[in-house]
Amino acid sequence: MTIGNLKVGECGIIEEFSLDIIPLSLLEMGCLPGKEVKLLQIAPLNDPYYIKVNGSHLAIRKEMADQITITKLG
Amino acid sequence: MEVNAVVKIALVGNPNTGKTSLFNQLTGLKQKVGNYPGITVDKKVGKCKISEALIAEIIDLPGTYSINPTTLDESIVLDTLLNKSNESYPDLVIVVAEVENLKRNLLLFSQIKDLELPTLLVINMADQMARKGISFDLEKLKEELNSEIILVSARKNSGIDELKNEIRNFKKWNTKPMASISSKIDEEYFKVVKNTFPEFSLYKSWLLITQQNNCNFLSPEFQQKLSVLNADKEKIKKYQHKETIFRYQIINDILHKTYVINRNEATEFRFKLDKILTHKIFGYLIFASVLLLIFQSIFEWASIPMDLIDGFFANFSEYAKANLPEGIFTNLIAEGIIPGIGGIVIFIPQIAILFLFISVLEETGYMSRVVFLMDKIMRKFGMSGKSVIPLISGTACAIPAIMASRNIGSWKERLITILVIPFTTCSARLPVYAILIALIIPNKRILGIFNLQGLTLMGLYLLGFTAAILSAILLHNVLKIENKSLFVIEMPNYKLPSLKNVFYEVVEKTKAFIVGAGKIILALSIVLWFLASNGGESFKTANDTVKQDIGNQNLTKVELQKKTASFKLEHSYIGVMGKMIEPVIKPLGYDWKIGIALISSFAAREVFVGALATIYSVESEGEDVGTIKERMGAEVNSITGQKRFNLPTGMSLLMFYAFAMQCIGTLAIVKRETKSWKWPILQLVGMGILAYISALITFNFFS
Repeated sequence: MTIGNLKVGECGIIEEFSLDIIPLSLLEMGCLPGKEVKLLQIAPLNDPYYIKVNGSHLAIRKEMADQITITKLG
Repeated sequence: MEVNAVVKIALVGNPNTGKTSLFNQLTGLKQKVGNYPGITVDKKVGKCKISEALIAEIIDLPGTYSINPTTLDESIVLDTLLNKSNESYPDLVIVVAEVENLKRNLLLFSQIKDLELPTLLVINMADQMARKGISFDLEKLKEELNSEIILVSARKNSGIDELKNEIRNFKKWNTKPMASISSKIDEEYFKVVKNTFPEFSLYKSWLLITQQNNCNFLSPEFQQKLSVLNADKEKIKKYQHKETIFRYQIINDILHKTYVINRNEATEFRFKLDKILTHKIFGYLIFASVLLLIFQSIFEWASIPMDLIDGFFANFSEYAKANLPEGIFTNLIAEGIIPGIGGIVIFIPQIAILFLFISVLEETGYMSRVVFLMDKIMRKFGMSGKSVIPLISGTACAIPAIMASRNIGSWKERLITILVIPFTTCSARLPVYAILIALIIPNKRILGIFNLQGLTLMGLYLLGFTAAILSAILLHNVLKIENKSLFVIEMPNYKLPSLKNVFYEVVEKTKAFIVGAGKIILALSIVLWFLASNGGESFKTANDTVKQDIGNQNLTKVELQKKTASFKLEHSYIGVMGKMIEPVIKPLGYDWKIGIALISSFAAREVFVGALATIYSVESEGEDVGTIKERMGAEVNSITGQKRFNLPTGMSLLMFYAFAMQCIGTLAIVKRETKSWKWPILQLVGMGILAYISALITFNFFS
């Protein structure tokens, strides 16, 4: 399960991720393992993903969202 | 403290924290924009009186989420804070945070604090705490962060006096690091680091190790030492991740003890607005309306001040000619410098209006939604959602547009954006289009409502955008550059734009354009003037030659003058150049006079009209002193006997101007932004070939 699999409005907890995939800048903006992530919206052509994580509102591309594994909540 | 001591302050913070508002409050109009040596990133510096005895020189650094840079703008922050020989190296740092995103803002604060410089935390938008359901224990937070904290509301100008008072005490601030990174990551390794660079704080050494490629101020021996320490790239990357996670742990612990937020209070409005603005139908409709409004104002409203400016400089030039003593300097001023300056000033209304819109859209937070909405579409063309703003800006002028592409994280996407921007119809093409369309397209209505001339103009705009998109697709498939997707954007909360910020932004950007592009256009205008008013042997003996030629014809003094001027132009350096390229441009339907205009256009495209005006005004004989349009319309092709500006030639010229890269200013900016001559040369040659071929086809099609 990754952020890319979430439906709008759903939440998950970010699992440990591989350092090769996730750029440092994403970490620095608050996207960290163990944090809750909520999918707020998906852009009209199914990309990018608009998420809220660790208090930050971010948009990331689907290719990145597909790489961040999560445990789904609820 | 001695009288009038100067203290250098660096203002650092995340984007959207109101850092610029604070800068504007502190410095007011006492700010200026310069360039960092070697790069074209704007550097904003302002002065502020802290007390009777203390003046602060404040530098507003580009907004950044971290001290580890991912874009050109952000690397400025790193260089300023690490490089002691940087003229802006600060005595103290102010980190601007805002109440709502305090956690993420504190990451940057913790990094800066670890550089062991005197650092002050300013928390902005303090007046909105209650509305956003936020409360925190300020005293406790100060204690935990080991720092002084000032609460301000930059827009309401509150807290500024307290801030100034606190700055006076900067020598007493605690400069202990906040996070002791070594123990949590790899004690052994950091011991070696500490021993290698005992003169630096540990974090500074660590930053030099991780950011060696971004630090070009280091000596070769120093680089050598660093290369030993960062040889294992995997390990460095792992440690950077660990460091960030560790920092957030500390920050979380501190905020857990001091900060309470009730998230439900104000997120409803944002949520609803997001739903509409990024809706799959309304989102695009709203964006299209915004674009329409921008274009409407650039072309309709800006034309009023532009006509005034145009008239003013024409009069000014005549006035100078009439009132200054006759001679070469007067000619230089009246025919070279004044029209040259006029050619730059004329663009101010459009550029200012464009920046006004962009600045308002950015301040409100809407731009991020546009990026979000457009990213997938733009990516099909090898660009990014962030390319939309530069492409829109390109309809005013390619130069600021190319500079606006800096925040595109991926190099390939940024490069493609830069390369295709000159295809968008910039305002310098407008006067050329306008006069040619007026000459060759009948002023008729079709289907009752559409004006044929207007439709042609619209067609040319669409042609520009299509050319940009098609060449982007081509480049996307041809360029072999690894495309690492670094696309992360913040979706900031919606805000009302601050008039003060918008005003300063417009003034500053417009000024940067005038200085940057203006220098080149002005210099070239002077060169062109020189080339047109000087020449070889036959130019110098023009007076005698003409007298001999006309022999016994009875010409008035004015007619003689005009004939001489015409002869001079033909034999001036630029006339010779025009004749030289005539064989090349003949297949496109142009003669040497249009050739002169083409060469002149390399200063800026709109010079085309002025150059033809000069050519025909010196050529037109007798009483015929109509407007430039009439003169061009009356011009006859001496071989065919037809009008010179007939449909084939006119259409061919339109195609040529739509595609050719005739702008030295843009080429210079592309060279500076890509740090290579390769890309501007590619643009010049590629667009030139395209222009030539399409003009050739068009000419033969209509002939």
